Amino acid sequence: MPNFTLSFTFVRITEIKMPVKRLLIYALFIFLSISCSQREDVALYDNPGTPTYGDTIITASIGEPSNLIPILSTDSPSHDVASFVYNGLVKYDKNLNIVGDLAESWELSRSNLSIVFHLRKNVKWHDGKPFTAHDVMYTYRVTVDPKTPTAYAGDFLLVKEAKVLDDYTFKVTYGKPFAPALISWSTAILPRHLLEGRDITTSPLSRKPVGTGPYVFKEWIPGDRVVLLANEQYFEGKPYIERYIMRIIPDSATMFLELKHYSIDMMGLTPLQFVRQTDYPRFNREFNKFKYLSFSYTYIGYNLKHPFFKDKRVRQAISYAINKKEIIDGILLGQGVEATGPYKPDMWAYNKDVRRHEYNKEKAISLLYEAKFKKGSDGVLRRDGNPFEFTLLVNQGNDVRIKCAELVQKRLSEIGITVKIRVIEWASFINEFIDKRNFEAVILGWTIPNDPDIYDIWHSSKQGVKELNFISFENKEVDELLVKARHTLNREERKKYYFRIQEILAEEEPYTFLFVPYATLAIHKRFKGIEPSPSGLTHNFIKWYVPEGQRRYKINAAVSP
Amino acid sequence: MLRYLLKRLFFMVPMLFGITLISFVVIHLTPGEPGVLEAEMNPKVTKQVRERIRSFYGLDKPMHVQYYLWLKRIVKLDFGMSFATDRRPVIDKIKERLPITIIINLLSMVLIFLVGIPIGIYCARYKDSVMDKILTSFVFAGYAAPTFWLALLLMMFLGVYLELLPISGIKSFNFSELSPFEKVIDVLKHLILPVCISAFGGLAGISRYMKSSLLEVLRQEYITTAYAKGLPESVVLRKHALRNALLPVITILGLSVPGLIGGSVIFESIFSIPGMGQLFYMSVMARDYPTIMGILVIGAFLTLLGNLIADISYAVADPRIRIGQ
Repeated sequence: MPNFTLSFTFVRITEIKMPVKRLLIYALFIFLSISCSQREDVALYDNPGTPTYGDTIITASIGEPSNLIPILSTDSPSHDVASFVYNGLVKYDKNLNIVGDLAESWELSRSNLSIVFHLRKNVKWHDGKPFTAHDVMYTYRVTVDPKTPTAYAGDFLLVKEAKVLDDYTFKVTYGKPFAPALISWSTAILPRHLLEGRDITTSPLSRKPVGTGPYVFKEWIPGDRVVLLANEQYFEGKPYIERYIMRIIPDSATMFLELKHYSIDMMGLTPLQFVRQTDYPRFNREFNKFKYLSFSYTYIGYNLKHPFFKDKRVRQAISYAINKKEIIDGILLGQGVEATGPYKPDMWAYNKDVRRHEYNKEKAISLLYEAKFKKGSDGVLRRDGNPFEFTLLVNQGNDVRIKCAELVQKRLSEIGITVKIRVIEWASFINEFIDKRNFEAVILGWTIPNDPDIYDIWHSSKQGVKELNFISFENKEVDELLVKARHTLNREERKKYYFRIQEILAEEEPYTFLFVPYATLAIHKRFKGIEPSPSGLTHNFIKWYVPEGQRRYKINAAVSP
Repeated sequence: MLRYLLKRLFFMVPMLFGITLISFVVIHLTPGEPGVLEAEMNPKVTKQVRERIRSFYGLDKPMHVQYYLWLKRIVKLDFGMSFATDRRPVIDKIKERLPITIIINLLSMVLIFLVGIPIGIYCARYKDSVMDKILTSFVFAGYAAPTFWLALLLMMFLGVYLELLPISGIKSFNFSELSPFEKVIDVLKHLILPVCISAFGGLAGISRYMKSSLLEVLRQEYITTAYAKGLPESVVLRKHALRNALLPVITILGLSVPGLIGGSVIFESIFSIPGMGQLFYMSVMARDYPTIMGILVIGAFLTLLGNLIADISYAVADPRIRIGQ
């Protein structure tokens, strides 16, 4: 590369008159001496080395965090940063089992109505004050306080009574056994001594958080970056990586350039970037690529009040007529798996033995004939003279969904169904079409919760305005199973209920479940100890390390919060 | 003159009022509401929670009441609290982003004038020469080329391949550890690309303006007179023609005052510059009404002020107009 620089400038300079030329050369030298571009040492990144403390990881985010008090924000950059600064009482381990975080242990009462948490002793807030059960109590109270504008009060509103038994014991009681209750305590516990008696919405903590987590907040330069430093006193041991920087880069093309320039260390990639644009020796020498199944799926939802879509044979027919494999291979470039229901294959609640709608054009057509559709001489399907055509709504800005819609359109036109695609901006999409039930079919995605409770999406009581069963799905058995599963704490028993729900959904096909995409990332090779797992990558972030000889950034600044 | 000024200032009040009213109504009529927009389709956000958030923002009141409340605050120059989840005072958010936008706009404006005016003069003097055509094509290429495309190409070439310039942002990651001198250099290096690219797009306007205005003047009889009495060309151009030809340029200067605080969203996003364009865009996307209104009010005020300054400076510079009044 440097040779290229010189020859390039040399050619240009020879064409310029003498004094100007000398000036330019000086300018160039000054310029080159200033631009202290980091030359990568040809380090042996393959050597795993031993864990040592040091180095910096630089990540990037499209959006800027909004508020670092997690109960007040709903955006993912805020929660990403907050997850390093705060702890909950419990958390998921890499295989999505619930384990203790700030709680050392917990026990359920015999009736399954109350949980007693035994908290870790000797945990300190980043400002040195001890952490106690009163902090948990405060977090609960402020979340359910009607004056707090939080989006996360839902689960805590089911708590009948919360009690501090002593400084390190906390008890909550519910009115009914509630399966997602335990994990709802993974919410970030806030420092009571800094917040109580003050208005949380104007607290300085929203810009300068103080938590108990593995990283201590250092600085936030608005619009530019957030910097965190390793917590020396962290109760699970000090994290190896000394410093965490999240840069805010609003443009994804720029972010990708920064990655190729090695000025960021970790970035989520699009399928195209993952498969093609990063597949060259220099990139592969510097970066490891990871993938794991993301917690989301994409589906086509049918308005079940629509005269055609009322009939489950029609919905099944459409599922048969769509080639999911083609969507995954063509649009995701293979970076996804077929979805068969509302869970992803590596979750305990996932039932792999449900009816699958493999691509089968003949079956689709025969199902439609069964549903009293007839093909006219023009090749269009009609029932009672009405041609089978519908509008498929897609939200603007999501290229994958828009391309999916086009493939669906093509496949359905082959069996005589006309699909019109309409792309609409997100706010109108929700307010004008979804909320008013003013749609025929939509392509949308859901986040898959870690806990398999999907009551809000599928229960027939959830059809009100702004509620999530917007396709008007009603099935008595599913309703019963959802309620039972929700109030059962035994996992094996819950599993049976969710397996049955998936069977019914695959049979009824109220959605055509399309795919679960892979989350794909590139991380610089000097970071070791990364373990991809069903819960993702960052579950053991504090154990990531850079071996001594491979470090890239030194920290001159004294480590103090 | 003073009476004229007062009159103009007085008329700004109803104009500002009208602008705010129209903006307020338009913004509130767009679908979607602050706070809940991000939480849309989120199973954890229950209906009660939604209502709670709406009443927290005062969105449950009728629109004219909301406008009245907003107006009551704004006359005291209180821009209110942002509806974004950070809930900071709007004025803080604007203050934090204003300097970088102004610096970039100011630098690029200086660059535009420094380069654009000579180009215009040259093109007028050597009208229809080959160089005139080349320069004209050059400035129009700058005008026509999409900023984001040009920016990405240059970032890739100068940043990734040659590693001469940083790619994005305005400070290096280790900025706080640099010495003051290195800090200045660091920021300057980050500013080179954004300033040059934004200036490149603006060259066409000013150089064309300059060219046509100078051509106009060169046709005047007093220029012929000047030539006739044997003055050298440089004196004719500099002393007689240019002075008059620069008058319309002053107007442009005045009119670019409001442009100083506005930033382009695409441009700022590509270079990750935390400026006003991004703030405005994000506020619109999040339906952050107070911030949107805050930026619009400041923008409207500066536009009106810029017009006024343009008129006044024109009067100051041109005796004909001054006397005409």
